[in-house]
Amino acid sequence: MTHRKEPIIEIGQEPRKNVAIGFWRSVFRDGTPAHEAVLRLIPAGKAIYLLPIILFFFSLFFGRYVMDPVETFRILTVGTANAFLDGASSLLSTVSGHQVLLPSFEQTWEASKQTVVFRIRLPRVIAAMLVGGGLSIAGASFQGLFKNPLVSPDILGVSAGAGFGAAVGILLSGNPMVIQISAFFFGILAVAVAYGIGHTVGKSSTLVLVLGGIIVGSLFSAFISLTKYVADPYDTLPAIVFWLMGSLSAVSNADITAVAPPILLGSICLFLIRWRINLLAVGEEEARALGVDTKRMTIVLVIASTIVTASAVCISGIIGWVGLVVPHIGRMLVGPDFRKLIPVSAVLGASFLLVVDDIARTLTAAEIPLGILTALIGAPFFAYLLTRKKVGWIS
Amino acid sequence: MILNVNNASFSYDGITKQFEDVSLSLRQGEILSLLGRNGTGKSTLIKCILNILRLQGGTVEIGGRRVDDMRTEEIAQQVGYVPQAHRAVFPFTALDFVLMGRAPHIATFAVPKEEDYEKAEAAFARIGITPLREKCISEMSGGESQMVMIARALAQEPSLLILDEPTSHLDIGNQTKTMATIDRLAADGIAILMCTHFPDHAFLVSHTVAILEKGRLIAQGRAEDVITKENLREAYGVDICVHYIEEAGRTVCIPISPCGCRGREATTPANRHGAMIASPLAEGETNGFR
Repeated sequence: MTHRKEPIIEIGQEPRKNVAIGFWRSVFRDGTPAHEAVLRLIPAGKAIYLLPIILFFFSLFFGRYVMDPVETFRILTVGTANAFLDGASSLLSTVSGHQVLLPSFEQTWEASKQTVVFRIRLPRVIAAMLVGGGLSIAGASFQGLFKNPLVSPDILGVSAGAGFGAAVGILLSGNPMVIQISAFFFGILAVAVAYGIGHTVGKSSTLVLVLGGIIVGSLFSAFISLTKYVADPYDTLPAIVFWLMGSLSAVSNADITAVAPPILLGSICLFLIRWRINLLAVGEEEARALGVDTKRMTIVLVIASTIVTASAVCISGIIGWVGLVVPHIGRMLVGPDFRKLIPVSAVLGASFLLVVDDIARTLTAAEIPLGILTALIGAPFFAYLLTRKKVGWIS
Repeated sequence: MILNVNNASFSYDGITKQFEDVSLSLRQGEILSLLGRNGTGKSTLIKCILNILRLQGGTVEIGGRRVDDMRTEEIAQQVGYVPQAHRAVFPFTALDFVLMGRAPHIATFAVPKEEDYEKAEAAFARIGITPLREKCISEMSGGESQMVMIARALAQEPSLLILDEPTSHLDIGNQTKTMATIDRLAADGIAILMCTHFPDHAFLVSHTVAILEKGRLIAQGRAEDVITKENLREAYGVDICVHYIEEAGRTVCIPISPCGCRGREATTPANRHGAMIASPLAEGETNGFR
């Protein structure tokens, strides 16, 4: 028996050894720098999903007022649990008609810290993730639809429209609610007009759609200039200018509850059609021949992306670069297949804007507008990506 | 009959007809080659058969149903289409690309399943290009990407395969290999309609040939009957001889002293004393390019 066993084990071990050697050889391919070899070991496509979770906790305790990480975690979990218990007690009270008091956890920290976590940082952190993730998904989808990797989510004029809407809101009332609603409405309107132009001129060609977007975009840019021109230089003009540079400093919990549903809904819609975006990305005629109703698909994609972008822009102001650069980074990590690119763009975008927003609120005593930072970080980073030649669409 | 085109006519602007009164039909396992000069409406006809463009008159029937009554994915379940060339923007791998051929069999919100991967792999194996699976289409040669596009069309599991000039970007070796592939697919029972600029290729594989000229079919039938000197002159505006070459074992079409090109024969011993050859088109005639 022992006689027989030995050769079997040997045979079994032989190829395993080879596989291990082959694996290491593939990792340390001749001439690759060490850091790239290490990077290749990490399954980037999966590890990336942990990034926003880590950054989420980091952003809660980090700031100009740095808190103890453990205590922050306790505040977050216990505080959330208490909030749920409170909600449950009041619900039970109204249902039963009696005063019901569920027990709640003891609060061992100062009320000011609770305020910092729940009223100041949490809404901001969630907003950064929603806006960053949403803009990136919309950008990736538009790049597929227009078969052009240089497209950003505002190609159809949504940002210019929203900017004008916000400027009008600032001029007329100054109420944040009015500004947001006006920004959202004009953002959607701009895209609707661009789509209308594309539709009447060129049936369903995406090229004409882009031209429609350019027309509408410059039209609304002119309108924005007009509102700036007539604005009060000491009061409303700076408000308009700051809004156009983008910021998350004024985001409240109410804002989050208002924009989270449309952003999530639009993103889920884009996530569901993610594989079909591949087909749109190889060309309209080929997609038709492969059985895709390109017209309907285009409408669905444009509506979903526009709702996401308009909702994001109306709480954050105009934030460039995210929707353009993040899908590129995603493509370098997981390739052009939209099945993976859409979710990866979402987590990368959320992480990217979270980091940028952390910098915006901590670097100096005054807030730095987000639009400036995303361009300052995004543009050089994009240049660096281009020099690395791993970008498949440059030949 | 898998494909039936009856008196089809189409025009982009409603005035000039791209083609009219075109009638074709194709049976299982049959290959029809469509010949004709550039711009004569071959590609337009293909788009009409695929219902990407709508006919002004006449009908197209696939598997007995009119295409304008069929939904896009129903057509794609029956008809595979191989375009002239793919302009790759995003560097999809060949596997991702061929997987797209499964689209008509996959619901709108779904992604490819195990079964779809198996069918895609089968399409690779059928064409014999399995080693290309992981290669990016943007890095492929013309011949490779042509094969991948045929594989994508096969992944649709079509009963009719339409190829738009499948050999026009390929070198002479790949042209022959593509023709052999097409012939093999027809032997498996797929009906094939292909546009081509090489009348030779029609002799290699076709069961029937149709010549489109000025929007009308000027000839249609067996290759030997249709591809004649007269028909080719009418179709292409140059003199072309049709010869059986013993050594090659097939019939080929060769343009006769094309458009006054001096060529090498000007220096062959027989012509040397004649200096310039007396070509029928030599004296500044340009109608060879009309």
